[in-house]
Amino acid sequence: MDLIISLVINGLATGMLIFLLAAGLTLIFGLMSVLNFAHGGLFIWGAYTGVWVYQMSNSFILGIIAGIIIGLLLGLVTERLIVRPVYGNHIQQILITLGFMLVLQEMIKVVFGPDQKAVFPPEYLAGSFMIGDIVLIKYRLFIIVIGLLIFILATIILKKSRIGLIVRAGVMDKEMVQSLGINIKLVFMLVFMVGAGLAALSGVFHSIYSGVIYAEMGLEFSILAFIVVVIGGMGSFSGSLFAAILVGLAQAFMAYYVPALSLAVNMLLMVIVLIFRPQGLFQVKE
Amino acid sequence: MEGLLVLKQVEAFIQHYHILHDISFEVPKGEVTVLLGRNGAGKTTTLRTIMGLNQVSKGTVSFKGEAIANRTTHQIANKGIGYVPEDQGIFNGLTVGENMRVAMKKEDEETMKRMEWVLELFPDLKKYWKKEGGQLSGGQKQMLAIARAYVNKNDLLLIDEPSKGLAPIIVDKVTESIQQMKEQTTIVLVEQNFMMASKIGNRFYIIDDGVTVHHGKMDELKEDKITMKKYLGIS
Ligand SMILES: Nc1ncnc2c1ncn2[C@@H]1O[C@H](COP(=O)(O)OP(=O)(O)O)[C@@H](O)[C@H]1O
Ligand SMILES: [Mg+2]
Repeated sequence: MDLIISLVINGLATGMLIFLLAAGLTLIFGLMSVLNFAHGGLFIWGAYTGVWVYQMSNSFILGIIAGIIIGLLLGLVTERLIVRPVYGNHIQQILITLGFMLVLQEMIKVVFGPDQKAVFPPEYLAGSFMIGDIVLIKYRLFIIVIGLLIFILATIILKKSRIGLIVRAGVMDKEMVQSLGINIKLVFMLVFMVGAGLAALSGVFHSIYSGVIYAEMGLEFSILAFIVVVIGGMGSFSGSLFAAILVGLAQAFMAYYVPALSLAVNMLLMVIVLIFRPQGLFQVKE
Repeated sequence: MEGLLVLKQVEAFIQHYHILHDISFEVPKGEVTVLLGRNGAGKTTTLRTIMGLNQVSKGTVSFKGEAIANRTTHQIANKGIGYVPEDQGIFNGLTVGENMRVAMKKEDEETMKRMEWVLELFPDLKKYWKKEGGQLSGGQKQMLAIARAYVNKNDLLLIDEPSKGLAPIIVDKVTESIQQMKEQTTIVLVEQNFMMASKIGNRFYIIDDGVTVHHGKMDELKEDKITMKKYLGIS
């Protein structure tokens, strides 16, 4: 029982980090039908910048803020320079964003050095506490709580605010949104930036979670984010949370019971979903 | 004085198909101008081209004396044009109220008054305020689409075949509501339902194969059996 609980907590924490990464990507796809493989690049830049500031200042909070800021800025640059010229052409999008992803990854090595770096949690998030026989690792609980808060906040914005409604309406019918006098490109830029900020935040959190960061994480997480977006239903925000948790739990359990499969399990889940429900688990109403 | 909306020799393509060859018409302020023509004549494409959803490849479009051809769609809409597309463009996953809220550029007193007025016109919308767009009947969707275009203070409404697919009794209701809006705003109406068109319209233009071939006062058209038969297949 204790084992199950700790695997579930592992899975949930991993799932939340994946959700932060995938949430922006799914909205970006839903809104402008853009396939963005550079998303993982924003993730590693968030991670490296956040860790750098965290280790320099000894303040995790400052690290988080720095990570988010670099994410927002890189998001702006990516949208304006990389994505905007290739709207409407998926092949070009894949090639150029994948290329940019590699540039971002190599730039990490230039700026921060090629070696992997170890990262430790701040004191107040280190260690664990016990409830009965169950060991609860503080940092994992922290991630789960923050991830849930962000999901709730984002859901409230998407459901209650006019800008949120516009984003959802844009996923359903872009032309109509424009016909109502709304500058969809501006909306898209905002969503892209927020999505990039969340990916970068996920990177900062993940660096401590895994204890180590390295440049190649960029491509790995680009692909992982895509898998999650496909499973959840492209464009579905709640779908991305659900799929991220599913993937997180599957990884956690596989890593324990069938370690050989723990890397392949994401692909496997995606294949199963694509066979039985090609539109993803959650589908956006057109 | 020049009309509120003026198209001169407008041409447009969809992909590489030349769809509009010579669309020229003028919409006088305060009137309802009806665009008639067979299926596939280019009426929808004409409205989409005005809205900037299609590029103008030749010719000019001016609204309130200002050239608007090939501006972006949101800029054109913000000049004061409301658009009710042929497929209604309802956001199916949003409720009636949310559909209205996306449309409302402001939430000032005047907008709220317009909202109240239009909800009185279409009480169903009030009744199903929290229902999702996707669950509305065809008639309710049409009413929502019209209400959404009306709620902002627009100078011109473009309405594409509002009677399409609706039961006769609903068509009457929609006809009546457009008649009431006519008092407040200028309208371009695309309509195949001749009864509706002739009740509401002041002027007409006939589009055939992407060309405006004929125009005049609505009253005259009713008497002009030859034109009706030739271009509209009505005898
Ligand atoms: N997406 C499209 N691709 C190719 N041809 C199109 C497309 N949309 C419309 N057309 C063609 O353009 C012509 C005009 O269509 P439309 O403007 O919808 O006519 P109407 O509204 O008068 O029935 C038709 O011949 C139609 O087949
Ligand atoms: Mg049509």
